[in-house]
Amino acid sequence: MLTESHADSALSEPAWLRWTLIGIVVVAMLGLIALPLALVAVEALAQGWVAYFSAISDRDTVAAIKLTLLVAAITVPLNAVFGIAAAWSITKYEFPGKRLLLALIDLPFAISPVVAGLVFVLLFGAQGWFGDWLAERDLQIIFATPGIVLATVFITFPFVARELIPLMQAQGRDEEEAAVSLGANGWTLFWRVTLPNIKWALLYGVLLCNARAMGEFGAVSVVSGHIRGLTNTLPLHVEILHNEFSFAAAFAVASLLTLLALVTLLIKIWLEARHGDALAVRAGRH
Amino acid sequence: MKTLSKLLLALPLLAASVAQARDITLLNVSYDPTREFYREFNDAFAADWKAKTGDSVTIQASHGGSGKQARSVIDGLKADVVTLALSGDIDAIVQNARLLPPDWQSRLPNSSSPYTSTIVFLVRKGNPKGIRDWGDLTKPGISVITPNPKTSGGARWNYLAAWGWADRAFGGDRAKTIDYITRLFQNVPILDTGARGSTTTFVNRRVGDVFLSWENEAYLVLGNPGGDRFEIVVPSLSVLAEPPVALVDRNVDAKGTRAAAQAYLEFLYTEQGQKLAAKHHYRPSKPELVDAASLAKFPKLELLTIADFGGWAVAQKEHFGDGGIFDQIFQPAK
Repeated sequence: MLTESHADSALSEPAWLRWTLIGIVVVAMLGLIALPLALVAVEALAQGWVAYFSAISDRDTVAAIKLTLLVAAITVPLNAVFGIAAAWSITKYEFPGKRLLLALIDLPFAISPVVAGLVFVLLFGAQGWFGDWLAERDLQIIFATPGIVLATVFITFPFVARELIPLMQAQGRDEEEAAVSLGANGWTLFWRVTLPNIKWALLYGVLLCNARAMGEFGAVSVVSGHIRGLTNTLPLHVEILHNEFSFAAAFAVASLLTLLALVTLLIKIWLEARHGDALAVRAGRH
Repeated sequence: MKTLSKLLLALPLLAASVAQARDITLLNVSYDPTREFYREFNDAFAADWKAKTGDSVTIQASHGGSGKQARSVIDGLKADVVTLALSGDIDAIVQNARLLPPDWQSRLPNSSSPYTSTIVFLVRKGNPKGIRDWGDLTKPGISVITPNPKTSGGARWNYLAAWGWADRAFGGDRAKTIDYITRLFQNVPILDTGARGSTTTFVNRRVGDVFLSWENEAYLVLGNPGGDRFEIVVPSLSVLAEPPVALVDRNVDAKGTRAAAQAYLEFLYTEQGQKLAAKHHYRPSKPELVDAASLAKFPKLELLTIADFGGWAVAQKEHFGDGGIFDQIFQPAK
């Protein structure tokens, strides 16, 4: 991997510089990441385990957990399928506007989530472009689950595609072309050749997509309507509890999100350690 | 025999009436500081409605800055009732989405305000900066916490109370009043979007020397853990804030919840509703229904009403509209 090839040049730096750099990074990591994480745990348990469990089994909290899981369960498969389709068309075909499409896929990374949320209000709000059409059919998108799903899909759009595109670009079309020349049809090609080649990168993308889908705050906040027990996702619920001076409960719910982050991190480390070669774009693979 | 057949005939009817006991869901879109009050009030109303009609009513609540909440209702948040900080915010719903008639404010007693409140100062224990009245807020080195008048109803009252005091102190000299307001907002380091955000800024993040707060919110802070770190200062002059409530006609008719929603609002004016309002530090609009002991915490002071500012339509345009005085004087603190 990259670090190996550059290891020699790094050694030529003077020792004091190396240790200063390492020191800065370690202090920053402890101060900016480890300390806040520890604080979440301490605050969550500030009033003991009983208070902790009563906070996370509260009716509104359970509703928020269910909503968050539902949103992720819809968003992640959708974006996985989209990501594969996008990566496939971009890396296997030539067509005009390909660069534009690539830029569009990255747009959700560049745009502020609040703006993303407002766009959906402008489209589907009662005063929006489709407002009257939706009202006539008694369809509610904004301030209901569909709006939250839409906003989350938008925000997490690029994760899978961005993970797959560089890999599939590096892999090229050789294996697929060989399979086709041996008589494989499209379906067999996908299941037997493409998917095995990208499965770890796909899992990696899905993982990041899921973490963001469950943790998204800004865009969801705009389209949620903040109805307790109905349209509050976990991150929004944390804010509400905090605003109600229920600090222990707020941190208890926050600890669930932190736990999700840690699980994500562990799987990520495992993936990188075990299947790093399948994730990285390696020159000379073929 | 005849009675038996009658009885048999009546059985399905009885069953039908039992089956008719409905589950109703109401959505109350409210502003920030009412959370605790409505949580208790909702339970009281649900019990009362169940006893009267046999129907189970669940009240969902959404809280946020009053202006932002009105915007959400305009954009399609299906509120059965709105209980906001200002009539101007409900007027905005009338103008922008026509969900209720323009004369909504005359449909319930006391201009549709079942409770009122006022603006007081919350300072740190012992009042270390010696803040007594509005004039002290523009002194150098005083950090004032208020939410953003653009998004928060309470913040508009803060602004108007300050304006009213200055207008009187400077004998109606408009230039001096504007200068006072300008200097006041130069002392504001951060504008949160809603009252609760500002409370968190002042109480938890410990930013600022004085917090211009709803009276009920100030009492709420005193009653919470760590409340002994603060005290309330009552200025010489303040405002009578009349947070109004209204039925959102188009939404209740679409959902078939008009009867329950109407009863919900009327319940605010009953003895039980008024006592709960007082308990949560709102000034009851029918104090005669509440015992004197519960009213003792509300100090008597001179209160300006929105009429002193020409009504909300005028005040909104002059002070808070795009290009209004607030837009002209406010520059984020450096």
